[in-house]
Amino acid sequence: MTRGRFVTLAMAAGFAFLWLPILLLVGYAFSADRIPFQWGGFSLRWFAALAADDRVIEAASLSLRIATGAASLAVLLGGAAGWGLARYGRFRGRALFGALIGAPLVLPEVVTGLSLLLLFVALESVTGWPAGRGALTVLLAHATLGAAFVAVVVQARLTETDRSLEEAAMDLGATPFIAFRTITLPLIAPALAAGWLLAFTLSLDDVVIASFVSGPAGTTLPMALFAMLRLGLTPEVNALGAVVVIGVGSVLILAALLLRRSDSR
Amino acid sequence: MAGPNPASGPLLRAEAITKRFGATLALDALDLTIIEGEFFALLGGSGSGKSTLLRIIAGFDTPDDGRLLLDGADIVATPPWARPINMMFQSYALFPHMSVADNVAYGLRRAGTPRAEAAPRIAAALAMVGLTGFERRRPHELSGGQKQRVALARSLVMRPRLLLLDEPLGALDAGLRERTGFELRALQRETGAAFVMVTHDQEEALALADRVAVLEGGRIAQLGPPRAIYERPASRFVARFLGAANVLEGRAVAAGFDSTEAGATFAGVIPADTVAVALRPERIRLAANATGPNTARGVVEDAAFRGDDTLLLVRLAGGALLRVAHAEEDGAPPERGGGVTLAWDAADVVPLAS
Repeated sequence: MTRGRFVTLAMAAGFAFLWLPILLLVGYAFSADRIPFQWGGFSLRWFAALAADDRVIEAASLSLRIATGAASLAVLLGGAAGWGLARYGRFRGRALFGALIGAPLVLPEVVTGLSLLLLFVALESVTGWPAGRGALTVLLAHATLGAAFVAVVVQARLTETDRSLEEAAMDLGATPFIAFRTITLPLIAPALAAGWLLAFTLSLDDVVIASFVSGPAGTTLPMALFAMLRLGLTPEVNALGAVVVIGVGSVLILAALLLRRSDSR
Repeated sequence: MAGPNPASGPLLRAEAITKRFGATLALDALDLTIIEGEFFALLGGSGSGKSTLLRIIAGFDTPDDGRLLLDGADIVATPPWARPINMMFQSYALFPHMSVADNVAYGLRRAGTPRAEAAPRIAAALAMVGLTGFERRRPHELSGGQKQRVALARSLVMRPRLLLLDEPLGALDAGLRERTGFELRALQRETGAAFVMVTHDQEEALALADRVAVLEGGRIAQLGPPRAIYERPASRFVARFLGAANVLEGRAVAAGFDSTEAGATFAGVIPADTVAVALRPERIRLAANATGPNTARGVVEDAAFRGDDTLLLVRLAGGALLRVAHAEEDGAPPERGGGVTLAWDAADVVPLAS
C-alpha cells in the first residue's frame, strides 16, 4: 500500500468534486437534445441559438466593458493600496488598513452589495452623482471588490522585492518617481497584470453584487443567465454557462502563469 | 600600506550627527572626518550605529541633529539622487530585469550622459572589475562574486569621490573574500575615490582600511590606523571586539597593575586611571621558573592546534582564563592538565582606561 496511490486517489476525488458538475454542464451544452440533461448527440445548435439572442449578446458585451473598466480601476486603487502596505513601513493604523482592504475578500457578497447600494443612493441624494443605478454603479462596485484582490497580490510581490533596489536607483541619480517607473513598475508589472485579470474575472462572474447595485440599463451576462434560469432550464443556459466557464477559466490560467513567471525571475 | 595622501584635505565631515529610532539612540553626537582618497572602515557590532551612519551619508536617512559637510557644504537636506556619493549595497541590489550593461548604464542614463560618452565608460568600468564579455548577462545568471563586481562597476562608473560599501565581502564565500579584498584595495587606489566601508568583521576592517573607527552604541570608541588600534586598544570594549586579546580586570598600584583574577602584577607604563589591561595571546611565552611581575602561573585546560601555533587555554591561579598562542618553533606545546609558568614583556601590557 503506497502513500503515492492514496495521494493520487485523494487528489482525484477532490478534483472530481470540484469539476465534475462543471464538466457535466459544459458537456451537455454540446448535446442536441432539447431537454437540458439528456444526451442527444453532438451539436452546436445551442451556441448558435445563443449567438442569435440579442439579449445575451448585449449583456455579454456590457459585462465585458464593465469588467474591463472595473479591472483597470481596481489595478489603480489596489496597486496604490498594496504599495502603501508594503512600502510605508509601520505607519499608524497599518494593521487596521490592511484588514480593511482585505475585508471585501471575506465579507458576504450580500453585505458588500447592500452597503454599496446604500452608499450610491445616499451619494446621489447628496451630490446628484451617480445619477441612478446602472452600468456605472456596477463598475464602481466591482472595482471596489477587485481592488482588494489587486492590493493583496501587489503587496505580496512588493514584499518579496528587495527594497534596496529602489534605493540603489535613487543612489544612482533617479528621483523617486523615475525609480518607480524604471525599477519598481517593471518588477511588479506581472503582479499588476495578474491582479487585473483576477479583477476582470471577478467582475465577469459576479451576480449578487451586480443585482444590488444595477439598474434597468445594467443587465450583465450573469444577471441575464440568472434571469433565463428563472424561466426553467434550457440547453441555451448550458451553452452560456460553458462559454463563461471556458472564458473565465482561460483568464485565470493566464493570471496564474503570469504570477509564476514573475516568481521565477 | 600606501595610506591616504597626507596633502589631501577632508572630503566629508560629520558634526554631532544624532539619530534616534523611537527610544533607541542609534547615533550619539558622532563626529567623523573622511579624508580624500582614503579607505575608511566603520567597524562595529549590530546596533553600533554603523549602518545608520552609512545610510545618513548616502542620504537614505536624515539625522535628527548635526551637520554633514561635503567639501564644506552641508548636504543633510540634499536627497540621495543629488549627492555625488554612491553606495554598494550589501545585497548588491542589481536590477533583476536589466542586463549587466544596462545596470552599469543606469546612473549615466539618469545623468543624461550622451551615448557616445557612456559606452566607453561602461566598457571601462566592466573591464576594471574584470567582467568584459558579461554585458548581455542577467543578474540571475551571475555568481555571487560576479554580482558584487557588477555592483562595484555600477557605482564606480559614476566616478564618485566617495563610495560607500555596506559589508562588501559579507555575502562572499570565505575563499573569495581575501582575493576580493585585495581587488577592492587596488580599485580604490586606481580610482582615487574615498571608500567608506561598513563591516562587523574586524579582520576585514584591519586588512583593508587605512583608518578604522570602532563604533559602540552610536559613538566612536576608537579611531586610528589598523595597527595602532590592534596594538593599543583604548578600552575593554575595543580590545574584546578586535578579538582574541586577553582583558584582565584589576587596579593600578604603585608597582604597576594588580589583577586578582590573574593572580599577577603587570609592570609597565600604567596610568593611575587604568581599570584593566589587555595582553595579546601571541605576546605571552612559556618561561619555566620565572618569577616577579609580568609572570603568572596556571594550568593548561585545553589546547587547539591552529597551524602556525597552538592556542592554549590556561587557567590562572586567580581564576581567569588566559588565551596563549604557543608558536610551533618554540617546541612541543605543554600537555593538557600540566602546570605552566607564563611571562611577557612590560611593553606588551596595554593599559585600558575604560
